[in-house]
Amino acid sequence: MATVTAQQEAGCPSGLAPPPSEDERPRVDLAAFVRHDKAGHDTLELMVTGAKCAGCIRKIEGGLLALPGVAEARLNLSTQRLRVAWTPGAMPPERIADTLTRLGYASAAFDPEAAQRKTDEEGRKLLRYLAVAGFAAMNIMMFSVPVWSGEGEMGEGTRTLLHWVSALIAIPAALYAAQPFFRSAYNALKARRANMDVPISLAVILTLSTSIAETLQQGEHAYFDGITMLLFFLLIGRYLDHRLRERARTAARDLLALQAVTATRIGEDGHADAVSARDIEIGDRLLIAAGDRAPVDGVIEDGVSEIDNAMLTGETLPVAVRTGDVIRAGAINLTQRITLRATARAENSAVAELARLIEAGEQGRAKYVRLADRAAALYVPVVHSLAALTFIGWMFGPMLLRALGYDFADVGFRGALQNAVAVLIITCPCALGLAVPAVQVVATGRLFKRGVLVKSGDALERLTEIDTVVFDKTGTLTLGKPKLAAPVSADVLLAAASLARISRHPLSRALVEAAGPGAPAANAKEYPGQGVEAEINGLTARLGRRAFAAPGAVEIEDGAVELWFTLGEKAPVRFAFIDALRADAADVVAELKRRGYRVELISGDRPAAVEAAARAAGIENWRAHVSPAEKTEHLRELRAAGRKPLMIGDGLNDAAALAAAHASASPGTAIEASQAAADLVIQGAALSPILEALTVAKAAHNRALENLRFSAAYNLVAAPLAALGFLTPLIAALAMSGSSMIVTLNALRLQAQTRS
Amino acid sequence: MDIMVMLIPGAVLLGLLGLGAFFWSLRSGQYEDLDGAAHRVLIDDED
Repeated sequence: MATVTAQQEAGCPSGLAPPPSEDERPRVDLAAFVRHDKAGHDTLELMVTGAKCAGCIRKIEGGLLALPGVAEARLNLSTQRLRVAWTPGAMPPERIADTLTRLGYASAAFDPEAAQRKTDEEGRKLLRYLAVAGFAAMNIMMFSVPVWSGEGEMGEGTRTLLHWVSALIAIPAALYAAQPFFRSAYNALKARRANMDVPISLAVILTLSTSIAETLQQGEHAYFDGITMLLFFLLIGRYLDHRLRERARTAARDLLALQAVTATRIGEDGHADAVSARDIEIGDRLLIAAGDRAPVDGVIEDGVSEIDNAMLTGETLPVAVRTGDVIRAGAINLTQRITLRATARAENSAVAELARLIEAGEQGRAKYVRLADRAAALYVPVVHSLAALTFIGWMFGPMLLRALGYDFADVGFRGALQNAVAVLIITCPCALGLAVPAVQVVATGRLFKRGVLVKSGDALERLTEIDTVVFDKTGTLTLGKPKLAAPVSADVLLAAASLARISRHPLSRALVEAAGPGAPAANAKEYPGQGVEAEINGLTARLGRRAFAAPGAVEIEDGAVELWFTLGEKAPVRFAFIDALRADAADVVAELKRRGYRVELISGDRPAAVEAAARAAGIENWRAHVSPAEKTEHLRELRAAGRKPLMIGDGLNDAAALAAAHASASPGTAIEASQAAADLVIQGAALSPILEALTVAKAAHNRALENLRFSAAYNLVAAPLAALGFLTPLIAALAMSGSSMIVTLNALRLQAQTRS
Repeated sequence: MDIMVMLIPGAVLLGLLGLGAFFWSLRSGQYEDLDGAAHRVLIDDED
């Protein structure tokens, strides 16, 4: 039973935020995460959620610097990480977390030594390679331009000197900057496969060695400029691709970090400690505070509360539970603290079953071959045979022509090899390497600004193939929380809300939201599973179930969720709630249909509720009472029938279906497992970003195809020229940078495109 | 053409200087938080 006075509520002046749970949770032992830095300070890294702007930076850093002994507080807005350094012993690390909570930001400690550093290092390494390649390309250009412009006038000695200087820069730079390609090619060959990096590595090695040979013989065909430029452009593509994947990986890793400590276990001696869900054994007694999610399946040992199964089954109504009832992992405890005895370990709980379904679904998707890989599969054999043919042709062709009576000079081994290398250079995959990543980076960047997080480049590609959109109901098509259905007179609403303010029950929160800011009623007292009682101007006020608040009132059978309110002897007032559709749900469905998508609704909720939502949203194809396994099965059937479904869902019951769909999206309010399984995560209350994502994906696909076609056309012109021996280093450099620039500019066109 | 003996090392040295500056900025963490840097300009210094 909770008694909350207005005084205690002061931490939350608007009265809009739910009251903090009165349960004392055992603290995560922050001391375990504290590290010592070189300057002799203790340091702690925390993940901070909710920081968005300059004001947040200032509030957080300012608030922490005011703590005793704090020498440094630095928030990284891109990664949402906060680093704090303080004099050892000046304060306990818990003060940092407390300060953040007081400022209104949630935080979680995580081990900075973990996986996080490694991937950061990868990005930095790529930047270093990129910088070296860029430096070499620009400086060699400085020596190449005089060679090209001095054609015919420059003496052989000067030219060779400039080539030597170029070689001195190019050889170490190219060998250093080409490492990622060498490594990847080596790994591919070791596994008896060939990837794009095999021809790249071959081109780098062959070009460097022939250019050195050429310089030694004081010839004019040295491609030091070409090779460093090729590496520079390829590394740009590689770095863009890395950033895209890194963004998705960070999001997933942060979720893991936050989930590390999830349960409160009560020991034999009654002492509570925080444990990871993985470590819970059968028979453990767990404390589930109001607002917490059950980490494993279990039986309630003590306590009366209501639980929200929406994430598990899609049901909107909270379920009343008491001692002896079974709770499944993933259910959220709503009103009152309960003690749970675990009946299964985490890996055998209902949630884990879903995780296995997710994994099975993802395997189907792994078969998807990315556009760039499909292009590479075509490109590699063609280019390599062409180069081989060029070599053979120049080696034996002149002999053959002379035998036929034509006058044709031999070019020898050196000439034949030179022309074959020219083919490899000019058909360089830099346009190809940039064609797709450049487009995807621009597209995901644009979607990111609109609140859509795209997890991977191939998600964008799969999105273009969609022909069916399958919605989940609760929390996806609807807001997933109750909303006051009909307006009630303002003073009654305010009075009822003053009682509701002390409760965490979703209906109470909906009432408070409808009433707006205000103060809670004095002496308000919550009876779990029943309602709230308080005194208003000396009159007894009750808000809650009909049986509790208005036992004499006539029952109204309309299927709506309700709260009753009585004040003194006045007639009882009924508040009816509905799970309202998202504001733009109907518009989005109509627009999807106009664009020719088949739209379906599939939910685990009662048929009446699903039908009402389907009608309101304008969806003809709906199914109710669908279990998670049936949802997954339905998506498999759709795929088997040749359809490409996009699944949009938020609950644990959707996670497996999300993974089984051709592409998937989840609102930002979705449970972590669903966000992890989905390709897109949509922030905000609107569904319209889905339309934007589909539009941008289509546009990006077109740009990528244009780029690939352009690269093919360019190669069709350039390769024969090189094979016939017309290529000079000048033409190679111009063609290479020109094609890369065109491809990048074409990708940037996506940014400028107006919204459709 | 003797001037080349001065110019070439000079040019390469300037290039290396730029490369060194980039490495320094990378090491000192200036590429760690590009979003934060954009917002930090808006914060007034208190003193």
